[in-house]
Amino acid sequence: MNRIAAFFKKPFIRRYANYLVIGAAALIFGLLSVTGALSMSNQFLLEQISIAVLLAVSLSMVVGFLGELSLGHAGFMCVGAYLGGKIASLLVSAMGVGESNFLVLILSLLIGGAVAALFGFIIGLPALRLRGDYLAIVTLAFGEIVRSVLMNLPSELFGGTLGLKTPRFTRQYLFIIALVLVLACLAVTQNLIRSKHGRAIISIKDNEIAARAMGIDVTKYKLFVFTISSFFAGVAGVLYSYTQSTVQSATFDYNYSIEILVMVVLGGMGSINGSMIAAALITFLNVKLQSVLKGDMAVLKDVIYALILILIVIYKNAPGLSAFREKYNFKTLTAKLFKKKETVSKNGDTVPVVQEEAKDE
Amino acid sequence: MNDTQFVASDGRESVLRTEHLRIQFGGLRAVDDVNLEIKKGELYGLIGPNGAGKTTVFNLLTGVYKPTSGKIFLCGKDITGKAPAEINRLGIARTFQNIRLFNNLTVIENVMVGLSNSISCNIAQSIFRLPRHKKSEKEFYERALELLKVFQLDEYKDYLAANLPYGKQRKLEIARAMATNPTLLLLDEPAAGMNPNETQELMDDITFVRKNFGMTILLIEHDMRLVSGICENLTVLNFGTELAKGETAKVLSDPAVVKAYLGE
Repeated sequence: MNRIAAFFKKPFIRRYANYLVIGAAALIFGLLSVTGALSMSNQFLLEQISIAVLLAVSLSMVVGFLGELSLGHAGFMCVGAYLGGKIASLLVSAMGVGESNFLVLILSLLIGGAVAALFGFIIGLPALRLRGDYLAIVTLAFGEIVRSVLMNLPSELFGGTLGLKTPRFTRQYLFIIALVLVLACLAVTQNLIRSKHGRAIISIKDNEIAARAMGIDVTKYKLFVFTISSFFAGVAGVLYSYTQSTVQSATFDYNYSIEILVMVVLGGMGSINGSMIAAALITFLNVKLQSVLKGDMAVLKDVIYALILILIVIYKNAPGLSAFREKYNFKTLTAKLFKKKETVSKNGDTVPVVQEEAKDE
Repeated sequence: MNDTQFVASDGRESVLRTEHLRIQFGGLRAVDDVNLEIKKGELYGLIGPNGAGKTTVFNLLTGVYKPTSGKIFLCGKDITGKAPAEINRLGIARTFQNIRLFNNLTVIENVMVGLSNSISCNIAQSIFRLPRHKKSEKEFYERALELLKVFQLDEYKDYLAANLPYGKQRKLEIARAMATNPTLLLLDEPAAGMNPNETQELMDDITFVRKNFGMTILLIEHDMRLVSGICENLTVLNFGTELAKGETAKVLSDPAVVKAYLGE
């Protein structure tokens, strides 16, 4: 046990723990799925979680690190879902291949992401000159405009009010691809943040005037972050279109953007791992509640969902609970766990490690 | 480059020169006809009562505001109306009256942000972790640490900037500004809110920066002891206009200056 504890304290492992966890999940669930041990509904759940994680991580770049409020993330996802879905179905019929063609999936992911990124760039160009609330309003309007335009275009183009029929990938494998995409998104985000460019981006959030005075090209960075965040929202959209038989524009409404924002805020602004955990938990909750509450009970879903969110926020911030939080937070609990093991094993060479941790607190 | 603008009247190299600098906010002329001339290696003071327009001059010099009329030359090069980031790259660095550190970054990272433009590594190299990234990060760390040592901040390098004591925060701002490798350093009331000990330490630091880096410094200050202790030349502003300028001792004994500060 002490060896395990020491292993997890190695800087290399600490740095890349999130990759390892996602990679391990992809491997384990992938094996389960291939052997048929993973139920359809769980495969669906994993797909939804991956999509949510992609959205949350990409939005956290804008909101958590750059410090700009964007309320139109679902709009960029919508662009990706429609464009990717359309291109995928065109390619499937043009190339005469099955719906689960890997090449088609990759191509539509790239194109859907690229078009969403282009939209991000075009919207960002004027919008990022605005500050705070104004940017939020512009992005919010963008999301609504995209959605209604796509719905009102002639139905031969994007299916109109009936929604766009899209090809579907074999469910057994799609979530593995989705998890690999999450890994890629995580790598890009994390590598960007842990570099000179990441420092520049955080410096813009902390103090834009000082960042400018230090020679940071604020506009360039804002535009870049906005574009790359839109790219991954687009990728998430294409993935989403592959999980559904029809894409409905009503899905990508204002509430969806807010839901993504909630994931980022609950996960802690400026924490990539936090937003991933929050995205996974919220999606899990959403999907499970949906399947448990049938019929008339369905209305309760939103109530329970809201209640849980309120409880989390209260738990996180209530001054009355601060003593409780100190006592039972993740860090102290794990520290306690390792300490107990140490007294049992009485293994001399691991004692310094434990003391080091105690000092950390 | 125009040589007549680059060389000052007494033959020394001119680092900063403003000609009839003016900015108007609505009906208010916040800065009106200010002509500064700062020579290489000089420590120049800009003083004046509250609201005289000192910080506005700084904001004009660093591109935060664009002048209504007038010109600004840095080493003979016209920098009027350029964007703040570009002016910084051309060689003007500043600190702020109300400290503006990057509070979510550590002390050493603050300095590394200042170094951003002197160590190259593009976004793709960072995202794909190409060899250049690792090399540049090492360089960032080493150069930042070196600067922190010069300012005796290296023991705090992993503190968040927000957690530093006040005096050290002021010091870090100067270190961060020096990291951008400027030819002219603008210090906006560096001694504001400091106790006498800290002020003394700051005076030593400024003198040190000047000697060690051969830096030209323009200083806004209220603390007369500090100004008379280290500045060679002064400009006194009052209601946006120049009230007096010249050698420190002469300017400070000028009756008009005394009147502006103390009243009749």
